[in-house]
Amino acid sequence: MPPGISLSDFYYITPELVLTGGALLLLIADVLLPRAQRAALAWVTLLVLGVTALSLIPFASTRVEVAHGLLAVDQFALFFKVLFLGAAAITVLMSIPYLQVEGASPGEYYFLILCATLGMMVMAGGIDLITIFIGLETMAVSFYILAGFIKPSQRSNEAAVKYFLLGAFSLGILLYGMSLMYGLSGTTNLRVMAASFAGQEHDPRLVLAVILVVAGVGFKIAAVPFHMWAPDVYEGAPTPVTAFLSVGSKAASFAMLIRIFVEGMPTMGEDWRLLFWVLSVATMTAGNIAAVTQSNIKRMLAYSSIAHAGYLLMGVVAGTSRGITAMLVYLFIYSFMQLGAFGVVVLLRRADVVGDELKDFSGLSFRNPFAAFAMLVFMLSLGGIPPTAGFMGKLWLFGAAIDSHCYWLAVIGVLNSVVSLYYYVRIVVFMYLKKETVGSTPRLTPALGLVLGVAVLGTIFLGVYPRLLFELADASAKTLGVAGVTAALR
Amino acid sequence: MDHYLSLILFTPLAGALLLLLVNKENENAIKWIANTVAFIGFVISVPLWFWFNPQQADFQFVERAPWIPSIGAEYFLGVDGLSTLLILLTTMMGFIAILSSWNAIHERTKEYYIFLLVLQTGMLGAFMSLDFLLFFLFWEVMLVPMYFLIGIWGSANRLYSAIKFFLYTLVGGVIMLLGILALYFYAHSVTGVYSFDLTMFHKLNIPYDLQWWLFLAFFLGFAVKVPMFPFHTWLPDAHTDAPTAGSVILAAVMLKMGTYGFLRFSLPILPEASRHFVPMMVLLSIIGIVYGALVALAQKDWKRLVAYSSVSHMAMVMLGMFALNPVGITGSIIQQLNHGISTGGLFLLVGVVYERRHTREISEYGGLSKVMPVYAAIFLVMTMSSIGLPTLNGFIGEILILQGVFVANKMWAFFAGSGVVLGAAYMLYLYQRTMFGKIENPKNERLLDLSHREFATFAPLLILAVWMGLYPAPFLRRLEMSVRHIVGRVNPQYEAKYAADCDTKPPTAEAIAASNNAAAKFLSLMPCDVNGNPLPATAAGQTPERR
Repeated sequence: MPPGISLSDFYYITPELVLTGGALLLLIADVLLPRAQRAALAWVTLLVLGVTALSLIPFASTRVEVAHGLLAVDQFALFFKVLFLGAAAITVLMSIPYLQVEGASPGEYYFLILCATLGMMVMAGGIDLITIFIGLETMAVSFYILAGFIKPSQRSNEAAVKYFLLGAFSLGILLYGMSLMYGLSGTTNLRVMAASFAGQEHDPRLVLAVILVVAGVGFKIAAVPFHMWAPDVYEGAPTPVTAFLSVGSKAASFAMLIRIFVEGMPTMGEDWRLLFWVLSVATMTAGNIAAVTQSNIKRMLAYSSIAHAGYLLMGVVAGTSRGITAMLVYLFIYSFMQLGAFGVVVLLRRADVVGDELKDFSGLSFRNPFAAFAMLVFMLSLGGIPPTAGFMGKLWLFGAAIDSHCYWLAVIGVLNSVVSLYYYVRIVVFMYLKKETVGSTPRLTPALGLVLGVAVLGTIFLGVYPRLLFELADASAKTLGVAGVTAALR
Repeated sequence: MDHYLSLILFTPLAGALLLLLVNKENENAIKWIANTVAFIGFVISVPLWFWFNPQQADFQFVERAPWIPSIGAEYFLGVDGLSTLLILLTTMMGFIAILSSWNAIHERTKEYYIFLLVLQTGMLGAFMSLDFLLFFLFWEVMLVPMYFLIGIWGSANRLYSAIKFFLYTLVGGVIMLLGILALYFYAHSVTGVYSFDLTMFHKLNIPYDLQWWLFLAFFLGFAVKVPMFPFHTWLPDAHTDAPTAGSVILAAVMLKMGTYGFLRFSLPILPEASRHFVPMMVLLSIIGIVYGALVALAQKDWKRLVAYSSVSHMAMVMLGMFALNPVGITGSIIQQLNHGISTGGLFLLVGVVYERRHTREISEYGGLSKVMPVYAAIFLVMTMSSIGLPTLNGFIGEILILQGVFVANKMWAFFAGSGVVLGAAYMLYLYQRTMFGKIENPKNERLLDLSHREFATFAPLLILAVWMGLYPAPFLRRLEMSVRHIVGRVNPQYEAKYAADCDTKPPTAEAIAASNNAAAKFLSLMPCDVNGNPLPATAAGQTPERR
């Protein structure tokens, strides 16, 4: 055993180990199972995710640093891990009918989903630049392959190549920033780094590091102007992958962002809060305006997800514990509505229809009232209309901004949410007010029915009674690293 | 009856859920269920009128439970005189609107009634909530069903009108939300408690700068809903294209959300800013009164005419409110109820002929009194109620508003009076063009008069119009405490001035109403100026020092 690592460190990473073991098991099962029965792999994947989730239970109130500060096992990480596992499970459920229609072999697909989940979990727990980077790479590489998973589809291939090239480029920028941080502090551990940066706020090299890391992270969360890849990748990638990308990858990147900036560079708050202010305004405004003109649903949801990254950044700009809480709440809520919306897009994918154009939604309320109602709920929630969860999330993000006296940011935020409702409601218009229909009737499979049911219930329940979520997110935000950091930012 | 308000609030929603279970082909069952639920909803709300204690200054039937404790939001309901009357108006108009749809809606009936019932819960919730966040939740919940009502069952230009309504109201709403949040954090910095409790907000003394911003934020939210000039442009479109029931609900209840918001939130929470903004509010109201009336005069579309008359009437309501004295505010509330009754009735009347002829062009009609005498008679009563003819409800509201405004400023009263005159002009002109003369259009020769069901929708409105016109005292009595509370917050000098300088108490609204037919008594009750002389011009009720 290498020096400095003890057996107890392995105990604390049980969930990650379980997930890794499960993923390897899946790979073996793929080879052993006859081709006809490989559809069962989805259920194995769900089982792995379930067991991993169960293995999180002993760590519900743990708060330790593992292996001399490579990983943190705390409620902040736990919150995200639960989110990732849930999102992965919903993605798997969505993938069952989707892969069937596309005629793709499921084998490596589910393995890659699990790998991506593993990467995300490491990112959320990482308090060391090395760990964070390894997690990020694990996730990103899995997604590069997943984006191009539909081999015969030109769009899918294009998406994979674009994502890979731009992703590699942005990782380079991020790494450059990280290496500057390391060079200036002599450590890769974020918490140690925070102490050594104190009092050096005006070092131009440090400011450069902040700018580079912001750019690198900005790419991952698809913040304007680093968002160019998102619409193409979202449109080309298989729909469930797009869903997972827009929820899991985004949440993991935000976890990384919070770790790096709030834990690693609290004293540079002035700089990065300003940068994120600009990014936030640019992201939500550009995202929403671009979304208005889209006729392809996946592209529209891509731009809408860009806009949502802009809203989420308000929490970082606020820079308070309240802001972080709001981000956690919003990320959780966002995953329900976003996954649900992509679930409906999967539903519309039939043998005879691609189902990702706006006109494919035409008359949906007559042909499949439940799916139309579900989409209505998701759209209203994305737009932030009560009593859906999206309202509660936005309420808290705007609240955090106002609490930190960022009044104009809040005003720009709410006006943006009005713009966004214009295109969300347009889908509703197609579903409820137009009658001409295309292709065969979309049918709910049990798996998809479960996805939509869970997402609808979650979206409405969290909108009416968000109490537990607020409390959990609050507790998670408070476990974040240096206790005084967030207070110091006020 | 610990949960009386919740019962009223959720009855329509329960009905909507029940409707979900009914097969959509079974139109009759759907209609019967919806009508029964709406009727029950009305009946169970009637005891509110009797159980409400007008002498008690506090909110009544209070229900309070934690909702989101981590942010201090509560499920907090309660009513005072103002909300009691508006709740009763809502349950009544809700039932009337549903009853009036019996023959009008044949397409997607199930969804239609579900949306109407959900809307009903949203409106009731907004009037009952004493938690600002809960209020906002209900406020926004109303948007979606109304959007669908206009968008699916509306006429020609419905998509445009629906989205216009939706986005206009939404912009105002979200800006108001920011105001709510700012108020919330300010309250925390003073009291140390996170809470959206309205009764707590009513006790705050907010610094003037913050009040100024908050007033503007709330103003945007409420003024769009009222709608005040220049935010009124969504209203004629929405009204014209909405189905009859939608127009009725919109005019009778939803517009009151805005005025209710001003009375419940802006005036008592932001008294100094409210006084400061009086000139702006009055100017916008006066423009609204005159402009709305003039545009109504020029309309060729029956429904659009009524819609513009709404703009004018609601501006009158706002003018009375911003006289900031008890008489003006009482008048403003009474006029809100009147507007609900008369304009709701007028929209129903348009709906009746629209169902028969499928056109709203005024020039298509003429001489209808020959073939539809009952209809013409009811139309006449509603017209007169809208104009403000004595013995009908409109008169009481208008005279109180005029009096309150007169005390505040004679010039304003002049414009308010001109609104009344113009109102008579466009309504009588409409009546003359549609009801009198010979039947020149052969399509009108065999129009059927009102059926029993249709008559039933008008009966409560007729009764109320006459009742409020002849004996408004029960209504005024219920409002007294609410008005006193609002004036006590927004214009505290008003009462103090009377106590110090006059031997007589300030006239209660009830006393004034009783005196309307006796000029001498009326004069003796007139407010007096600082020296105790009867008021000739501007002194006593004048809004006190502005910044």
